[in-house]
Amino acid sequence: MLPKLFFGYYAVVIIVLSLLVVTRKNPVHSVMWMLLLFFHIAGLYLFLNAEFIAAIQIIVYAGAILVLFLFVVLLLNLREELLIERFIGTWPTALVISVSLLILVIRAIQDMALAPPGNHSVDAIQAETHTVALGKILYTDYLFPFEIASVVLLIAIIGALVLAKRKMRSPQ
Amino acid sequence: MNTILETIIAPGSIDFALAIGIILVKIAVVIAIALLHVAYATYFERKVIAHMQVRLGPREVGPYGLFQPFADGIKLFFKEDIIPAKADKPLFYLSPVIFFIAALTSLAVLPFFDGFVIADLNIGLLFLLAMSSLGAYGIILSGWSSNSKFSFLGGLRAASQVISYEIAMGLSLVGVMIMAGSLNLSDIVRAQHAYPTGVFVIPQFLGFFVFVVAAFAETNRLPFDLPEAESELVAGYFTEYSGFRFALFFLGEYTGMLIMSSLLALCFLGGWTIPRFITDFIPFLSAVPGIVWFLMKVYAFMFFYYWVRATLPRYRYDQLMAIGWKLLIPLALINILITGLVKAWIKGLL
Amino acid sequence: MPEFVMPDLAPVMPEIVMTILALVTLIADIIFKRKETLAILSIASVVLVFFVLFGTPFKTTFNGMFIADGYSLFFKLIFLLNVVLTVLISMRYLVIERVNFGEYYSLILFATLGMMLMASAGDLIVLYLGLELMALSTYILAGFITYDMKSNEAAMKYFLLGAFASAFLLYGISMIYGLTGTTDLNAISEYIILNGLTANPVVMLSMILFAVAFSFKIAAVPFHMWAPDAYEGAPTSVTAFMSVGPKAAGFAVLGRVFLIAFGSVRMDWSAVLIPIAILTMGVGNIVALSQTNIKRMLAYSSIAHAGYALLGIIAGTGEGLASVMNYLLIYAFMNIGAFAVIIMLRTEGFKGDTITDYEGLAKSHPLAAALMLVFMFSLTGIPPTAGFMGKLYIFMSAVYAGYTWLVVVAVIFSAISAYFYLRIVMYMYMREPKESVSLAATPALGIALAITAAAVIIIGVLPSAVVSFARAAVAGF
Repeated sequence: MLPKLFFGYYAVVIIVLSLLVVTRKNPVHSVMWMLLLFFHIAGLYLFLNAEFIAAIQIIVYAGAILVLFLFVVLLLNLREELLIERFIGTWPTALVISVSLLILVIRAIQDMALAPPGNHSVDAIQAETHTVALGKILYTDYLFPFEIASVVLLIAIIGALVLAKRKMRSPQ
Repeated sequence: MNTILETIIAPGSIDFALAIGIILVKIAVVIAIALLHVAYATYFERKVIAHMQVRLGPREVGPYGLFQPFADGIKLFFKEDIIPAKADKPLFYLSPVIFFIAALTSLAVLPFFDGFVIADLNIGLLFLLAMSSLGAYGIILSGWSSNSKFSFLGGLRAASQVISYEIAMGLSLVGVMIMAGSLNLSDIVRAQHAYPTGVFVIPQFLGFFVFVVAAFAETNRLPFDLPEAESELVAGYFTEYSGFRFALFFLGEYTGMLIMSSLLALCFLGGWTIPRFITDFIPFLSAVPGIVWFLMKVYAFMFFYYWVRATLPRYRYDQLMAIGWKLLIPLALINILITGLVKAWIKGLL
Repeated sequence: MPEFVMPDLAPVMPEIVMTILALVTLIADIIFKRKETLAILSIASVVLVFFVLFGTPFKTTFNGMFIADGYSLFFKLIFLLNVVLTVLISMRYLVIERVNFGEYYSLILFATLGMMLMASAGDLIVLYLGLELMALSTYILAGFITYDMKSNEAAMKYFLLGAFASAFLLYGISMIYGLTGTTDLNAISEYIILNGLTANPVVMLSMILFAVAFSFKIAAVPFHMWAPDAYEGAPTSVTAFMSVGPKAAGFAVLGRVFLIAFGSVRMDWSAVLIPIAILTMGVGNIVALSQTNIKRMLAYSSIAHAGYALLGIIAGTGEGLASVMNYLLIYAFMNIGAFAVIIMLRTEGFKGDTITDYEGLAKSHPLAAALMLVFMFSLTGIPPTAGFMGKLYIFMSAVYAGYTWLVVVAVIFSAISAYFYLRIVMYMYMREPKESVSLAATPALGIALAITAAAVIIIGVLPSAVVSFARAAVAGF
């Protein structure tokens, strides 16, 4: 009962916060709701005994990525920004499509038959702590994707340098 | 984590109430003592710097000016609370609170001596990093919501500075994590005690150096105090704050220094322990309570903070960024590489 | 905890070599002032990878996450060819656009690495990461001319819609993972069959989400909206690159995921893909009729070609798959060939990307016009060019699989496409030149044109070698 209540709280709050993020006119306020949203997501991870992921969620998303968002938002001209309509004219159509998609997904999910759990049960993770369990599996079973991810991150760095740092003059 | 959840799932027992009670008492004690330390840290700073500059420092309130922090507190408490007319009020109210809470929450995972820690998290070190990154929000938002040029510039400077140095600081601690094989701060201290040198500062001298420099930048202290550079930006991000809101920033900053010093003591200097070769040599030192050693280490570093403030001028902003990205981060990465290789070699994996 | 055993690295060798060489190219950028050196270096890298590729054993490694087989080998050849041709046509072009930076070449190599990983992915996680690696590099390449608003727009649209597609893919992956408890393609297929989940709505939903995500990547209607703007705005050499590489990679994963993981629900996914294919051919060919910008026209043409290639997947047979691979290889030659001619027209102060710029080209530059003629014929599918052979094999495999009516539709749209391809030919040969057009011809561009034109004609006349190679490649699938 209590775990369900716990999950229910997080699920409802995450949805409400997401709505607040997209509906606020002031982008700074949106970012702040998003910060709270990230904390709730971290809470959800804790609830799943994934303490390492929860901490990383806060450090990386709340601590670095969202601060950069904020940085960009702060440089906007907020007086103009506040006058712009929050949604473009076609939002009712988008809403209808989204809601029908939602109904479709909910309908399909009802037939979800969960697969048998793998080796990493809650007890197994607790026994060796989440960080150790995650580290071991990342560097053994998932070594290959892990290495690819490092290349993906390198591309992101190159991209930032190429697109932002290069001083280019137009031929004209 | 799970233990907390399990206790909540099966409440009603006396143990549950007792556990919560003990935690609450611990929290109260830690906060009270930490704030007292913070109050006197300001006093010591004024005294230390005064003597370095051949002055006397506060002397009027109480003997040797010892009650000065209380006088300051009372003064700030009763000052008028001024809010700029065009400020974004909710965020203006919120940001000092975020800043202060982030600093205070970090205290929860610090083991002051063996067994005395409010929450003995497996990921204590990551929790500290997470909280220190959260503190950046208080700074940035206060700068923006004040609707003042000085505040805004300070906020922007703080944002980029904190983000940049957070990376260096996190990476500098990775060497410690590798050596201790844990993210739990108590385990890190125990691992140091079991290690031949007794402290990690000797094998981790590179990480130590990076950490110390990054700690100055993270707490916005001289020589990296550009976010509040008084000669350029009045007071930076908290220019528009007065009264008790200003006090929250002030307290938060000094709590941040205290936490950085504690982290340094725990991760590099052996926390509440002293190296075994010292206790083997002078056995009666092992009878000294751990908290004494811990506080000595913390205050030694606090003194270093003041010393640097009294000695060094402020860096230029581009120099600050260059140090962070081009010196500290590569150094920290080299440190990780070396530490990892040595550990693999010791374990016979190479 | 079982002891860690070093996985067999031999099957991954081409990817490892590619990564190292891409990093070398990145570092060489600091050393060499002349960026042409990097172009040569990257071509040399590709040649080296090519030789490594043929020495690679056909095995799976990393617990089935990476599959080296004939199927992936064939696709990797397309990707490597794509790099060589793209690099050859970009050397002069980058100088003209004043974006002659070394990162360009390493990004192309990294994008190709991503495609190679996609073609070999035996696990959804590797598939996703390979896709992101390819996509991120391509987004950057699309926005490479940072002073040009159109290039920025192209990168932005490509990025936003690509990220959107990735979200669909992840959602599909999470659904199928929740249902089967694995991300391994073969294990998913086995689990679905063993537990009788072929009619489970979650499998259907997941399959549809995959179809949507891959449709974005291959620019199939109705998920094609990014393509015209991205193709038009991106640097022309990058347009050539991304009209071939990512599309082929998209088909590679489409084939593997749908034929292996969702092999047991083939009737359902062909019911999803058939309308997509018809729409793709229809919208691609019909909207291309009204284009005035040649890059935009080729974007719609590229959409239409994705529609034809989908027929081979819908056929669902080994023969169908072989014909898709064959078609994609031919498409690489003819499309990059066409872009090579377009790039030649781009000179200092002259854009040369509207269709009217081709008026009277046959009078001023007969050879360029003749080459363009060959590529346009091939794209239309007129014998004796390779384009005809490619289409022929695809249509045949679809007919054998019982989709005769679909082939009839495809042939009709193919006939419509003749109008806009041949319009360019008409402009070149039957109109008087309005203004004098000079060409930015270089030896590198010449080599690229020679390779593509020769390939288009030789494969058109003697298709059997390529076709039997594709068939052999699919044999072990």
